[in-house]
Amino acid sequence: MKINIPTPLRAYTGGEQTVTVPGATISQALEALVSAYPDLRQNLYTADGKLRSFVNLYLNDDDIRYLPAKEATAATEDDELTIIPSIAGGLAVIGRCSPQKTCL
Amino acid sequence: MRAKDIEMATATHSETELPRLTNDEISRYSRHLILPEVGMEGQQKLKAAKVLCVGTGGLGAPLALYLAAAGVGTLGLVDFDTVDASNLQRQIIHSTATVGMLKVDSAELMLKGLNPYLNVVKHNTMLTSANALEIFKDYDIIADGTDNFQTRYLVNDACVLTGKPNAYGSIFRFEGQASVFATEAGPCYRCLYPEPPPPGLVPSCAEGGVLGILPGLVGVIQATEVIKLILGIGESLVGRLLLVDALTMKFRTLKLRKNPDCPVCGTHPTVTALIDYDQFCGIEKPKSVGPLEVEQNKAVADAPIVDGIPQISVQELKRRLDAHEDVFVLDVREPHEVKIVNIGAPLIPLGELPKRLDELAPYKDREIVVHCKSGGRSQKAAQFLKSAGFQHVENLAGGILAWADKIDPTLPKY
Repeated sequence: MKINIPTPLRAYTGGEQTVTVPGATISQALEALVSAYPDLRQNLYTADGKLRSFVNLYLNDDDIRYLPAKEATAATEDDELTIIPSIAGGLAVIGRCSPQKTCL
Repeated sequence: MRAKDIEMATATHSETELPRLTNDEISRYSRHLILPEVGMEGQQKLKAAKVLCVGTGGLGAPLALYLAAAGVGTLGLVDFDTVDASNLQRQIIHSTATVGMLKVDSAELMLKGLNPYLNVVKHNTMLTSANALEIFKDYDIIADGTDNFQTRYLVNDACVLTGKPNAYGSIFRFEGQASVFATEAGPCYRCLYPEPPPPGLVPSCAEGGVLGILPGLVGVIQATEVIKLILGIGESLVGRLLLVDALTMKFRTLKLRKNPDCPVCGTHPTVTALIDYDQFCGIEKPKSVGPLEVEQNKAVADAPIVDGIPQISVQELKRRLDAHEDVFVLDVREPHEVKIVNIGAPLIPLGELPKRLDELAPYKDREIVVHCKSGGRSQKAAQFLKSAGFQHVENLAGGILAWADKIDPTLPKY
């Protein structure tokens, strides 16, 4: 299935905006994604392997949290998975970054 | 969801008398007045409306300007910052002539110049848990144009607690989001993002930056939603998240659901008062309330050790280099930043450090000073090098910006 990668995560996919991966379910497709791009794993999963709560995933137009089978939902190669990032930018703090600032 | 179905604070105006328009105002708003969807009553609703813009930066600039032009009667502005030349690439509410001025003062000048009938209320302060409810209570709609997760959650929770809709917009590089949160029927920001990302996963400076026109695009979408809410026309973004990709120029809306278990707007809320949002987002409290420039411009002393890494001042580095001491200076910024300005140090971007560690093997027991733009990434790089067994790693406090400030004023700052 096709996975749409949001801008903040494209640094980990070599700049790719969309990645096509195999997998019969959402979980399998995500596993294929983080196997292909290992740096993505810690951005999507916690240390104990759970999807991070600030990562929103949409299968086509549906939030997977509200699908009956959630991540185990079956997917075909025509389906599209979109990762919605948590972004906070808006007002400038350029040039004043510290480890605590978001620097947008 | 149709905007007219939304129970809004402004709806109470229909019970009381709407303010009349003067002849000058009728001339000014004629293109609205001849539009049946706005008309005289709609324009009067706009005049009666009170909108709070949180932030007068990239998003707040176009947002406030269009609301002022449209005839919104009262605009509140919350900002503690001052105008910097680097803001002007996108913050069109400020101008070259107002660099150095408080943003709320600079914004008022531009807004009043555009529409002298506008009532501007300036809140020259950082929005905090202590003042948010007090500030919000005088407004009908809140427009969130802030730049950090703490204030996003603060604005959201304060909107839910006071029952005010939140016209939300957010941007990152070429990508934007917009929605309307916290109306009674719709979801809030926490329904979508129950928790903030931990600070370590927030994109670093190297990945920051924003296409100047993108906040214009998203801020104008926020302004459109505000106007629709006031007029009660069209279909608002309540229950929908608009995704904007400026590079592909693709717009997409996704369905948002109200989470019944949401800690703020759910059926059994656990957050019933404002909390400590710095703690919630896992970050340190800001050292002072006020323009950050003050902190940036003060003399950078040889600071104590931070997380095991000695902090060295630009003056001390200059002294050591002039004395031809054995110091290896490493730049950990991105290649495109080196093209803007550099001090000739070899480059290994922070993100490539783990893979390219062998290149630094000859320096394992020698003194390494790491620098970036202003000291954040180089601190991370120094910590990484230390953990990889490098013996003498120091961080250049203030980075190349401090070098340009204190050592070589001919260098540009970015």
